[in-house]
Amino acid sequence: MKLYEYMGKELLAEYGIPIPEGGVAATAEEAAELAGKIGSVVLKAQILSGKRGKAGGICFTDNYVEASRVAADLLGSQLNGYQVEAVLVEKKLQIDREFYLAISVDSAARKPIILASAKGGIDIEDVPEEDLVKMNLDVTVGMQPFVTREITRRLGVTDVVAKQIAEILGKLYRLFVEMDAELVEINPLVISGETVIAADAKITIDDDALFRQSSLPTVQERTAAEKQAHELGLSYVELDGEIAVMANGAGITMATLDLIQFYGGTAANFLDAGGGAGIEQTAKALELLLAKKPKVILINIFGGITRCDDVAKAFAYVKQNGGIPVPVVFRLVGTNEERGREILLAEGINAYKLMHEAAQKAVEIVKGN
Amino acid sequence: MAIYLFADTQVLVQGITGNQGSFHTRQMVSYGTRIVAGVSPGKGGQNLDDIPVYHTVAAAVADHRVDASILFIPAPFAKDAAFEAIDAGIKILVLLPEHIPLHDTMAIMAFAQCRGTTVVGPNTFGVVSSGKCKIGIMPNRFFLPGNIGVVSRSGTLCYEIVANLTACGYGTSTVVGLGGDRVVGLNFIDVLQEFEKDQQTEAIVLVGEIGGSSEEEAAEFIKSNVTKPVIVYLAGKSAPPGKRMGHAGAIIERGKGTFEGKVQAFEAAGVPVAQLPFQVPGILDKALKK
Repeated sequence: MKLYEYMGKELLAEYGIPIPEGGVAATAEEAAELAGKIGSVVLKAQILSGKRGKAGGICFTDNYVEASRVAADLLGSQLNGYQVEAVLVEKKLQIDREFYLAISVDSAARKPIILASAKGGIDIEDVPEEDLVKMNLDVTVGMQPFVTREITRRLGVTDVVAKQIAEILGKLYRLFVEMDAELVEINPLVISGETVIAADAKITIDDDALFRQSSLPTVQERTAAEKQAHELGLSYVELDGEIAVMANGAGITMATLDLIQFYGGTAANFLDAGGGAGIEQTAKALELLLAKKPKVILINIFGGITRCDDVAKAFAYVKQNGGIPVPVVFRLVGTNEERGREILLAEGINAYKLMHEAAQKAVEIVKGN
Repeated sequence: MAIYLFADTQVLVQGITGNQGSFHTRQMVSYGTRIVAGVSPGKGGQNLDDIPVYHTVAAAVADHRVDASILFIPAPFAKDAAFEAIDAGIKILVLLPEHIPLHDTMAIMAFAQCRGTTVVGPNTFGVVSSGKCKIGIMPNRFFLPGNIGVVSRSGTLCYEIVANLTACGYGTSTVVGLGGDRVVGLNFIDVLQEFEKDQQTEAIVLVGEIGGSSEEEAAEFIKSNVTKPVIVYLAGKSAPPGKRMGHAGAIIERGKGTFEGKVQAFEAAGVPVAQLPFQVPGILDKALKK
């Protein structure tokens, strides 16, 4: 779960990391009030996307009337595909240098990794490798002084700045661990005179750990259908093609999408019903697909822990109760396959054995229409 | 010979009395796996069929030689169960659960490394040395003995590939599911290294997907370390950038982990990449010059 910048900064502040004076505004009046109190400010649109500055989502002003006008323009507008619902109003910093500081997870090393650079700011992704300090952390020892000494040495900063960055790193790591973060990123970490301040915050919390992070607000990034699927325990992503897809397992669902593309069709969605989906879950997944009014539905089941007869029963149930007004192409093999095929035959469906044949058929149906 | 698991491997099941645990224990036993004991806190002294159930792992290993353990434990409690197995000295740990918090996984990996335990997963279907020992949840009938080593990040897709191989007369030596999470224990390189040494394995099928960089690392490794033929299938060619496709790893970020990048890496290493799953056996025929 990605957090909005203002939520991330609230967390940073809770852990004692310096952030600029400011507050979040949901209306132009609130923005004007904050600007009037602070003086020279920056207004930042709160969306779950980077590159806000380049999209016009970051504006500077030292006038509260103008702050109100800018906030009114930003609020409700679309930026990088996201609707702006809040604006962060903060004191404008005197920026002498911009650093980059992050802690993330290094899959290859199976450990946390610290990323730091003395060349932070908007183009961090283009910073050459030699200007990036990378250091893995051993979770059994955590953020020790020797780690921060090495990082600040490689950043080449003065003692006064090094001391502050070391403190920030310690607090940031504690936040990273205690809040179950996948990523904590400060870009830029601003050096203003001799003071170090976090001018931005990008924090992503591990979805699998949300059950034990009940203090966090809920940030919804999914579409309504994606949210519904999530609540059903299905993995669902909306796409913009014509063939609705359901399969069991992320890899095989992707492979099914690849086959559709190979035969010249387009997929309406990615729906991984998971391993071991029962009758009720499968029926709900089918209803979700139907709601999007696809031209054809392609169901690709390789039953391991998923039982073919359960999937077939769910299909028969939905067909008999709500009806299925579009053609359905089935591929069914694996556990309890024979029983599943019988149930489908009674519904007038002859299931394929090979997934590429089923995908090809689904594409043909769309093209025939 | 196969890798990791052998006919005499003795297995413990943690969470043996649960729904999934008991069902898959019976499936593993019917495949021929030597399940010597189970653990379910609070249920020590019971039996599942004729398998003794213990309250703790320590109690189980006091009575039995245990070479490997598999976890059927809900994700929030998986860390404790994994620590328990590692602490008891078990050398192979199969982490089946999906949705284990990332920080828990990193803690498990650190402890396992320190104690010399091999971890498979999390979010894996397990490992099977065909005809000898299955530790996992894959459907028994597709895993017949043979000379092809298979290593995969995803589950059902791997069954698909293995079923295609079986249908064309290719059995498998060992099939390893690495798991779909961002941080997993065994990786492609570890398994490729074992297959290269294994006398039973004649060729290797690697099933990868978009996201992450483990396929690229594998390609680099194959170039100078693997002499046996390797065939690759990659899922996710049609996936739009930036969309998460189920697996935590299957996301394309910052131009890394793309389908094209991975194909190029394998081709540069002289490794053929199948366009579609059913093409794998045909490419294997050519590689083995049948």
